[in-house]
Amino acid sequence: MDLKQSTLDKIDQLVPRYPDMRSAALPLCHLVQEDLGYLSNESIEWIAKRLELEPINISEIVTFYPMLKTAAPGRYQVRVCRTLSCALAGAYKTCKQFEEAFDCKVGSTSDDGLVSLEYVECHADCGRAPVVMVGEKEYTGVKTDEANELIEKIKSGTVETE
Amino acid sequence: MAIEEKRLILKYADQEGYTNDIDCYIKHGGYEALKKGFQMKPEDICQEVLDSGVRGRGGAGFPAGMKWKFLDRKSGKPIYLICNADESEPGTFKDRQIIHKDPHQLIEGMLCSAYAIQAKLAFIYIRGEFFEGYKILERAIEEARAKNFLGDNILGSDYSCDIIVHRGAGAYICGEETGLIESLEGKRANPRIKPPYFPADLGLYQCPTIVNNVETLCDVKHVITMGSKEFANIGTPGNTGTRIWCVSGHVQKPGYYEFPCAGVTLGELIYDVCGGLLPGRKLKAVIPGGSSSKILRADERFKGKKKDGTEFDWGIEDIPMDFDSLSLVGSMSGSGGVIIMDDSTDMVEALANINYFYAHESCGQCTPCREGVPWMKKITSRMCSGGAREEDVDLLKSIADQIEGRTICAFGEAASWPVQSFIAKFKDEFEAKAKEQALLRKQGEDTAKETSLI
Repeated sequence: MDLKQSTLDKIDQLVPRYPDMRSAALPLCHLVQEDLGYLSNESIEWIAKRLELEPINISEIVTFYPMLKTAAPGRYQVRVCRTLSCALAGAYKTCKQFEEAFDCKVGSTSDDGLVSLEYVECHADCGRAPVVMVGEKEYTGVKTDEANELIEKIKSGTVETE
Repeated sequence: MAIEEKRLILKYADQEGYTNDIDCYIKHGGYEALKKGFQMKPEDICQEVLDSGVRGRGGAGFPAGMKWKFLDRKSGKPIYLICNADESEPGTFKDRQIIHKDPHQLIEGMLCSAYAIQAKLAFIYIRGEFFEGYKILERAIEEARAKNFLGDNILGSDYSCDIIVHRGAGAYICGEETGLIESLEGKRANPRIKPPYFPADLGLYQCPTIVNNVETLCDVKHVITMGSKEFANIGTPGNTGTRIWCVSGHVQKPGYYEFPCAGVTLGELIYDVCGGLLPGRKLKAVIPGGSSSKILRADERFKGKKKDGTEFDWGIEDIPMDFDSLSLVGSMSGSGGVIIMDDSTDMVEALANINYFYAHESCGQCTPCREGVPWMKKITSRMCSGGAREEDVDLLKSIADQIEGRTICAFGEAASWPVQSFIAKFKDEFEAKAKEQALLRKQGEDTAKETSLI
């Protein structure tokens, strides 16, 4: 396991704050994933050991929570909200634009590894639909023109992700 | 004339120059309620919250003071307070505004509440996708700690309390309070059965726990500032305080708008506040309280008797926006997410979209929900992709009826109500779709149409 020192420091700070160590499982998954990009079997075993748990205790949450990934995502993670308010504002059309522009079916990673495109459920910003997230950054009102703009920025590597 | 908002919770949030740091908050009278609260006895604050009549803003609308009253104080176990900031009911985006624009209001409300119930440790369970909100809250907590509003011996008293911000990871079921508790314990968010696992009795780590919504906890701050009497004067009896309505869908100006309970009707909200429908469009249906709440049809008449015995006869536009009125018309105010649909909306597609959501979010613990909800999704998706059958309507209803009331948590209802209400009110459209496709099939034509909602 090759975690950054800053990640290890955060973990050491965080774990003792909880009355029960197991509560730190989800936060540790986040921290390790942010550092390494995804949660490998090795990561899962490492987190389990750190929290004095069995690997299955971590595996079961990794397979439950949609934000936790077990495979390396593309350079940019593009999440398109498809829930009702966003759909009413044209989210499915927006997603189709992304699919075509990156030659990448929703739910997969493009062959060149540039983007992982996925549908997500309501991101709680329905008043500014359609909502798209690129990495940790939220983009709102992503209709045809805005989507094209975003696609260009992703292709040129100038898109903001946080 | 446009109707004016009356903002209590979001009073400063969108004011020019108002920032989310602690200095700005204090300049606007922040943390005065905490100081006032610390002069009071904890039980007196609980009484004030009970007297204020404030009801939970997260969905069920249960009186917050009553929830606190159920707290097991005799066990001697530590008491925990959890703020439910998992905001994930489709159509709802009010907590996001509070967290982003006025995080200290939430922290102050939480500390007042924690002191009242004598919790020494509190959590904010924030949904994983709120990356920015998480950072804002972390910073705000450190600011509050530096000024001794939080941490050890708050304001020189012998009371100490810390707040941990805990991130979720994209599961809707974490909004259900016992699912949230399981998640906070580091497990899958499978809700617990009640009884015996009422959080107030056996909550986090099997200790007495209170779980309140972000907006509800902010209300506590205002109850302390104003006193329960003045707070209860806002709105109507049984529906006190303000509510933030999140309007999305087919209106000119979607957004969040705060009004006293019953201070605005659904018609005023749509036409005056949100600028009406898009050009040339007519209102078709409204989902008034997040996607779980039952849909209302635009040409319905709602008749019946109120609690006080008086009769009402409302069109959709006349419905006062409050807890009781929305429940009188057979729906609920839920989490305040009002989704507007105009006459361009295909109701089968809309339901297919909602079913997709619930099928994705079922935790998988109870068989009727795990099997039934994806089954309903499969049917409505098939109907939209050209395979509609005449018997689908009855099949959908029978599945929904068999889920409702047969699951550990209210997710079963949340997933069944949209199906039951869409079919009760738009049965004609479901049947028409099947007939139309049958006809096309007979003519040897393609039955699949381009869809926009699924």
